[in-house]
Amino acid sequence: MSLDVALRHTMGDFALDIAFRSAGGLTALFGPSGSGKTSVVNMIGGLVRPDSGRISTDDRVLVDTGTGTFLPPHKRRIGYVFQDARLFPHLTVRQNLVYGRRFVPQAERYGDFSEAVDLLGIGHLLDRKPARLSGGEKQRVAIGRALIASPRLILMDEPLASLDDARKAEILPFIERLRDEARVPIVYVSHSVAEVARLATDIVVLDRGRVSATGPARDVLAGLDLLPGAAGDEGGSRLVLDFERLDAASGLSLFRSPAGLWHLPPSTHRPGDRVPIFVRASDILLATQPPEGISALNVFAGRVVGLRPAHAHDLLVDLDCNGDRLTARITRHSAARLDLAEGMAVHAIVKTVRLKES
Amino acid sequence: MEWLQLSPDEWTAVRLSIWVSTWATVFSLPFGILVAYALARWSFPGKALLNGLVHLPLILPPVVTGYLLLLAFGRRGPLGQFFETVFGLVFSFRWTGAALAGAIMAFPLMVRAIRLSIEAVDPKLEQAAGTLGAHPAFVFATITLPLALPGIIAGTILAFAKAMGEFGATITFVSNIPGQTQTLPSAIYTFTQVPGGGTGAMRLTLIAIAVAMSALVASEILARRVSRRMEGA
Repeated sequence: MSLDVALRHTMGDFALDIAFRSAGGLTALFGPSGSGKTSVVNMIGGLVRPDSGRISTDDRVLVDTGTGTFLPPHKRRIGYVFQDARLFPHLTVRQNLVYGRRFVPQAERYGDFSEAVDLLGIGHLLDRKPARLSGGEKQRVAIGRALIASPRLILMDEPLASLDDARKAEILPFIERLRDEARVPIVYVSHSVAEVARLATDIVVLDRGRVSATGPARDVLAGLDLLPGAAGDEGGSRLVLDFERLDAASGLSLFRSPAGLWHLPPSTHRPGDRVPIFVRASDILLATQPPEGISALNVFAGRVVGLRPAHAHDLLVDLDCNGDRLTARITRHSAARLDLAEGMAVHAIVKTVRLKES
Repeated sequence: MEWLQLSPDEWTAVRLSIWVSTWATVFSLPFGILVAYALARWSFPGKALLNGLVHLPLILPPVVTGYLLLLAFGRRGPLGQFFETVFGLVFSFRWTGAALAGAIMAFPLMVRAIRLSIEAVDPKLEQAAGTLGAHPAFVFATITLPLALPGIIAGTILAFAKAMGEFGATITFVSNIPGQTQTLPSAIYTFTQVPGGGTGAMRLTLIAIAVAMSALVASEILARRVSRRMEGA
């Protein structure tokens, strides 16, 4: 089943203006907080009316402000897994799970109760009330509840955001199986690159109410570094290196740039090749003294040419390394401890380098 | 302890009071829930007016409310004539009038308690039920109402107790006819107006206290049972 979305909506001074198409699988709506992801799924689910626009699936128009069509949520058959689970506190897990099933005609029921219970591993919880479930258990029940209602589309709004890493790891496989086995299209909202990279078949990147990239997951992920605004933590520096030689002793490829000599993993480049690389700002450490006794091989001397605030606790430090521009992300606390200022001489320790496919 | 023995007339007043208050509460409950829900969840023109109207009996002197009831629901009042011709229901100087007066006087308390408990139900749960395919009426019956139950119980019992104690509006609207409209408070009032009525007044007063206390205890037990069910095993 495919989903077509084209929306314009204004909330205060935030303007949403987006259009995208999802052809099935798991479409991730990806972007930082405040980029409009939740508003979009709320409009798909029918919880919010867009100022103008059209949302349709293969066979049905859900909203069309042009013709005044608005299908209320209970007629959409769109499952919604909320960030905060929203289980009914007065009902048992079993009663929660079957709540939506009665509204679906027999012939259209595909969300089998015992299959969903097995898939999500919640068989031992059926007689409990939600108050006695852990966060991860609640979220699994919420997924099961949406699934058993046999929706034509499932919306998931940051279903893992309120959970710690262990609980996330517990639920991720269930969402993967849901994507692969249930064959129901999923629209998945997230601001986590890790989740999106693992789950998405398609990605729509939102940035301040607009689509800044869209396409198959592999393509969009490769380009994410080019979208520092949307990707949040993923900003960095692009450089071009000249391949020098393959070092026989270490097996590493040696590259040269104005900053100095780069040690990178073995490659099949040939002398004279110019290779674009990407260094994430969060992959650079700064030292005020030439570092000794560290494992990192790529250390470059440079000068601080700019300090820019980024988010609440971080600073982006722009460096000039003999003509090469590198940007490092460090905490404000570290900057204060090192007494960083423009013009200061520092050493950039590069932890990881990504080779860009050109 | 012989002085505690109730005379037949006093028994009649007690029975009548319970009967009248029960009807007053049962009949106003659906309206109370509807009005409370409307005030809690809907926005519509005239909402402030409805809110004021509902609360009016709480603020007006009960005699004024009783007099307005007499004008509207008396035999020659417009509503009184309507109910008599359409349903054959007469209010003036009957126990039905006492029940109506009790219901009107207790209504603000009932609506207030229910409204607060409906407002405490997270609308996000109702939204979630909607996305599962439930029609708003079904959501109301299966999510909102059960979650608001403690407040509904409290409102009902509060209304019952208020109706039991209603005096001013009742005596103005339906007078003080033994066996017909003489409720517990009216009977106590009558005792205080005659010489030597002190013991009778005291007997009925003790009954009134006992009824009020059991209502409070019952509401406490019910509310606790409901909230235990919520947290659940």
